[in-house]
Amino acid sequence: MAAAAAPAPAMPHGAPAAQPTYADVTRDIIRTIEPPGRGWFLAMAGILSGLAFGAFCWARQLRWGMGVTGYTPPIFWGTYITTFVFWVGIAHSGTLISAILFLFRSGWRSAVYRAAEAMTVFAVMTAGLFPVLHLGRAWFAYWVFPYPNIRGLWSNFKSPLVWDVFAISTYLTVSATFLFMGLIPDIAAVRDQAVGWRRKVYGLLSFGWRNSDREWQHFMRMYLYLAALSTPLVLSVHSVVSWDFAMGIVPGWHATIFAPYFVAGAIYSGCGMVITILVPLRKAFQLERYVQVRHFENLAKLCLLTSSIVTYAYITEYFVAWYSGNPIERATFYNRAFGDYWWATWTMITCNAFMPQLLWFKKIRTSIPTLFVISIFINIGMWFERFVIIVSSLAHEFEPWQWAYYRPNWIELGIILGSFCWFSMWFMLFIKFFPSMAIAEIKESLPPPGTKRAGGGH
Amino acid sequence: MATPPVTLTRPGVVGVFGSLDAAVLALRELKSHDYANLTVYTPVPCHEFDAVLAKKESPVRLFTLVGGLSGCALGFAYAISTSLDWSLVTGGKPIVSLPPFVIIGFECTILFGALATVAGMFINARLPKLRRAAGYDPRFSNDKYGIVAFGGPAQVTAAESIMRAAGAEEVNDV
Repeated sequence: MAAAAAPAPAMPHGAPAAQPTYADVTRDIIRTIEPPGRGWFLAMAGILSGLAFGAFCWARQLRWGMGVTGYTPPIFWGTYITTFVFWVGIAHSGTLISAILFLFRSGWRSAVYRAAEAMTVFAVMTAGLFPVLHLGRAWFAYWVFPYPNIRGLWSNFKSPLVWDVFAISTYLTVSATFLFMGLIPDIAAVRDQAVGWRRKVYGLLSFGWRNSDREWQHFMRMYLYLAALSTPLVLSVHSVVSWDFAMGIVPGWHATIFAPYFVAGAIYSGCGMVITILVPLRKAFQLERYVQVRHFENLAKLCLLTSSIVTYAYITEYFVAWYSGNPIERATFYNRAFGDYWWATWTMITCNAFMPQLLWFKKIRTSIPTLFVISIFINIGMWFERFVIIVSSLAHEFEPWQWAYYRPNWIELGIILGSFCWFSMWFMLFIKFFPSMAIAEIKESLPPPGTKRAGGGH
Repeated sequence: MATPPVTLTRPGVVGVFGSLDAAVLALRELKSHDYANLTVYTPVPCHEFDAVLAKKESPVRLFTLVGGLSGCALGFAYAISTSLDWSLVTGGKPIVSLPPFVIIGFECTILFGALATVAGMFINARLPKLRRAAGYDPRFSNDKYGIVAFGGPAQVTAAESIMRAAGAEEVNDV
């Protein structure tokens, strides 16, 4: 590994006193993957303990069956499906930042997109656990794959659950591919600064990349087309997830607004999670020179925009429930706001509709500690949004004798904690093995050495 | 018996540049002197080099197109053929219900299109490379530009002069 150099000095408001050079970028970013210190190991110990507790809860569930959860008939879609949708949503901003902002040539993405992309892949990996956890008989998880049963009957392609399998597995494959392909030139940069066995490992992982004009020419085309393919994919994935609900006849679910409503919510929650992750990452690795306040401000603006769309969707839902004249639909929505689950609904509305209004103020958008706190509330609010949609609708369906009240118990809460630890474990490993910021793209945004041209890149 | 004199063969030279302008100038000069087999190493993709090298459009887009169209056809074929394989009416819908099958077709379009795009990049960029590339220097992934020129002894010597005149920090044999 390159000799450790003194970190770049922290700047007031994150603005650099002088533009870093190409060599500074290589040095500062490769410094992040030097052998971890005590803080990293302590954090990892905490994460692994949480993961072990989650695994213990799941083991109890496997041993004793789904009865150990708080499921109350007819509410069999509880926190597992809520948390599944939550993690799929978190996964969305990674592709938004890496693909959509790439197509729009938004230069500010270069400092944050790698962390967002990694977050996407690990969030999908976490989301993918929940259908298995929810199955109960997890050893039959392979039944979700579209192959014929022993009588030669194939899966029902008219079912949104099968669409979900296709959407999520495609999203996982494409987002992981996008992440890894983007990493290749940076892995080569790490290889060139490394020594010993690390040089060999990074050499293999870089596929022998040499930064030649031929490689860059085809690489840039590939990146553009991957971005172009990922953009409709990201919009489709959460639409498909929303149809898991919208295709049902449950009041509160059966709404045509669900696809855009879910996509906006997903991007909102994803941007919130990017802020939650970037603040400690920037602090721990002293990357203030690269992840600047303006990056956080732009993320905050995205949160404000998507929060506005989500708020509009909430209003539309209530308006349609009233305007439809359907008494069951009306009762469901009245029950959401003033029934058993009022606390969940108002947590959702406070976190997703009211709190982001603070982001209209530049002072708040440029205060990193405040943004961090708001981002935590965004995460909480978006988890509750899915909880409200799923649980409050199932708890108050057509027949009054079916109405029930469900609350998750410690097994489910332990598994949710475990899922956050599972996600964090992969992220913590990633930032210690791979550059968590895009070396080549950050260089592209700087003026090249020995020229008057300003940076800007592709 | 005396050892025969060792003949130094110089198949090519690599110029190391600390400045983009100098590297572009050298490349332009080399190009104007009809050096055909030039390789440029650059830490980031630069349009300045692309303009001088005047390359053809990358064929990666064809891989994307063929992959995407194949994925679309496969996705629809999969959903339709398996539905016809055992005609079971579900939800009162036709056996071949195209609207839901669009989702399968769409996801397969993206999946196959993306994987074919990656394959296109690997094939065209000639990756993976197992052997060390001629003239490559680890500084080219950091903050230096490199230009490799091959040719006969006279051409190589001339290339070295061009690179030095343009402002190369070093010119080494490959």
